[in-house]
Amino acid sequence: MIQTRYEVVRRREIAPKTVHLAVRAPEIARKYRPGQFVIVRTHEHGERVPLSLAGSDMEEGLIYLLVQAVGKTSGEIHDLAVGDAFLDVVGPLGRPTPIAEYGTCVLIGGGFGVGALQPIATALRDAGNRVIAILGARQRSLVLLEEETRALCDEVYVTTDDGSHGRKGIVTDVLREIIERAPVHFVMAVGPMLMMKAVSELTRPHRIRTLVSLNTIMVDGTGMCGSCRVVVGGQTRFACVHGPDFDGHLVDFEAIRQRNAMYLAEEREALERRRAEMEESCQVAALAGQTATARQSSTPKES
Amino acid sequence: MSAALSKKERLKISRNPMPEQEPEKRVCSFDEVPLGYSIETAILEAQRCLQCPVPTCIEGCPVRIDIPGFLALVEQGDFLGAAQKIKETNILPAICGRVCPQEEQCEAVCALTKKYTSVAIGRVERFVADYERASGASELPELPPKTGYRVAVVGSGPAGLTVAGEMIRKGHDVTVFEALHRPGGVLVYGIPRFRLPIEVIDHEIDYLKKLGVEFRCNVVIGRLYSIDDLLKEEGYHAVFIGTGAGHPRFLNIPGENLNGVYSANEFLTRVNLMGANKFPEFDTPIVRGERIAVIGAGDTAMDAARTARRLGTRQVTIYYRRTAAEAPCRVEEMHHATEEGIGFEWLTSPVRFLGNERGFLTGVEFQRMELGQPDESGRRRPVPVADSNYVVPAQVAIFALGFNVNPIIAETSPDIITTKEGIIKVDTKTGQTSKPGVFAGGDIITGGATVILAMGQGKIAARSIQEYLTNR
Repeated sequence: MIQTRYEVVRRREIAPKTVHLAVRAPEIARKYRPGQFVIVRTHEHGERVPLSLAGSDMEEGLIYLLVQAVGKTSGEIHDLAVGDAFLDVVGPLGRPTPIAEYGTCVLIGGGFGVGALQPIATALRDAGNRVIAILGARQRSLVLLEEETRALCDEVYVTTDDGSHGRKGIVTDVLREIIERAPVHFVMAVGPMLMMKAVSELTRPHRIRTLVSLNTIMVDGTGMCGSCRVVVGGQTRFACVHGPDFDGHLVDFEAIRQRNAMYLAEEREALERRRAEMEESCQVAALAGQTATARQSSTPKES
Repeated sequence: MSAALSKKERLKISRNPMPEQEPEKRVCSFDEVPLGYSIETAILEAQRCLQCPVPTCIEGCPVRIDIPGFLALVEQGDFLGAAQKIKETNILPAICGRVCPQEEQCEAVCALTKKYTSVAIGRVERFVADYERASGASELPELPPKTGYRVAVVGSGPAGLTVAGEMIRKGHDVTVFEALHRPGGVLVYGIPRFRLPIEVIDHEIDYLKKLGVEFRCNVVIGRLYSIDDLLKEEGYHAVFIGTGAGHPRFLNIPGENLNGVYSANEFLTRVNLMGANKFPEFDTPIVRGERIAVIGAGDTAMDAARTARRLGTRQVTIYYRRTAAEAPCRVEEMHHATEEGIGFEWLTSPVRFLGNERGFLTGVEFQRMELGQPDESGRRRPVPVADSNYVVPAQVAIFALGFNVNPIIAETSPDIITTKEGIIKVDTKTGQTSKPGVFAGGDIITGGATVILAMGQGKIAARSIQEYLTNR
């Protein structure tokens, strides 16, 4: 059971700045259940960041990650090439999503939250549910994993803010219609806080069980630090050990949104620094390239 | 070698102070504060030991180090011999010499304590361990032939390391599982580098590796493998759980989730483990501020306050609901904090945190307390003084109020019986849990104590595991 190198085995750029990675982690692949996450670190000075798992392949010993380059660390992960490796991957963490035979389930994915929904859709379907998915994005190019989702679900709806793909509007427009049309027994939303909040508000009067997967700032991911604390039903809970799934009708989304903005200034600073370093190294590489060319041309050819 | 000293001559020597970095200088770095004894001072201090025929100090030590034995070797100048003598019972002398509360243990019961001052046992212990490390000597004890038994140790803090050291020396195969990316547990993430340098911890862990202990980081037992997985699928014959308490307590008061309000664990982990003090060279950030309020007065509170000071914070204040006399920290730590310009406010307790429109902390509202009747701990209970609320400005507040128990193991191993707080129930004489083959020690059975007590429980558990394996 020795795992030494968390290598990127496959890499697929599925949208601008968004990659789908298959990473070698056989132990995690074997033990992982839908809804759980991992914490990764890319280098010795790196931070520990939580990432939802977008599924796994037990036979190949791979875990799947969907990562959008937003800040420094996610940018570094995005730039990992096939053959590169994460320094650390720990998991699976968090409690799995409760899977049961609910009846009709609606899964709503916003942005790269769509990744986490894939394994949950599979599990719900295997448990005998009718699974409907709604994928929301700002525009066509940002709709992620649509084909894959269609293969897993009974029905799939797509909404875009600008109407460039699927229906013009937001995910709750479609959810409202589905709920009005026929009974819905279970709703799960993964994505931006505002979207998860809107979904929860919509289902509340209908008393539909609604889970949201909370993406918070974490350090250890084992309940030791409290960085990820969230308020659920007036109680402070730790997303890493009590979650990441919580009852959407009880979550204080505004508090999480504020906490997730705690290090915006530092994140910007780190990102700027990385950009500057990359530009510098590009210039150095360009210079080195010139010197190499110059040297090559001045090297006498040997016969 | 000079002739042995008489008792009178020994009594004439006074306790040698520990040389330390100047406060003004040390608050600008994370370098270790106490500088350690020189060879001469160590010998001089060891000469103060009266070599009592019935040494009480050994009884005061949770792991029963042969204290007069190693002090006699130091007196003779055999420092490596002294190191071996300590390691017979304590595999982490460089750590214990630094973080043990000796004044409550061995030194408290030293025969000299009543009329004179006790031998500075901890300081000499530290000297011996540091001497050995600096000498590069790595004499390994001879290990017995392999038994074929495999022991899993969950958690690489003081309790786990102790069990690993004991078990490997009995000829078993030992794997230590650590959830974080580097081993050491609270020694690494909790205790700051100016109290316990990383090379000291690494050296002790390397020693265990040389003895053959396997360390596996990034493994969360209870998630990747359950305790049952270890015993059944992974082929371990016994499991020791030393996962610590480490689930920080909050007060459930308004505003405690504002940005800038930390648990001491998070604040310390960001700096100690993740290098947030070196942001942006390291990627992990930390909220900084002109004023930092630390709530609580245990060792962890002192560590957090002194760390806050080293982040360049102008004003760091410790707030405690009782008085200095009841503060649970070591006297030495409070003394260090005071020297470093940290303020103390006694008899006060936070009632809410105030923030700005972006959700960042701006101040803390406190309420004055007074001491009332003694509570179940025997200490006088703090009671609020009516109409005494006041607000202090702060950009960062740190909770250092102790810990609850980490829920992961209990949640995933229902056959291990715990208290309702999640503390694993064990037979304190053996460390045996309700599940056969599974033993526990350290903060997970106490809810929060010291490094050396965890090690003492590790030793007890190791003895029981040995018995369990041989009687299989």
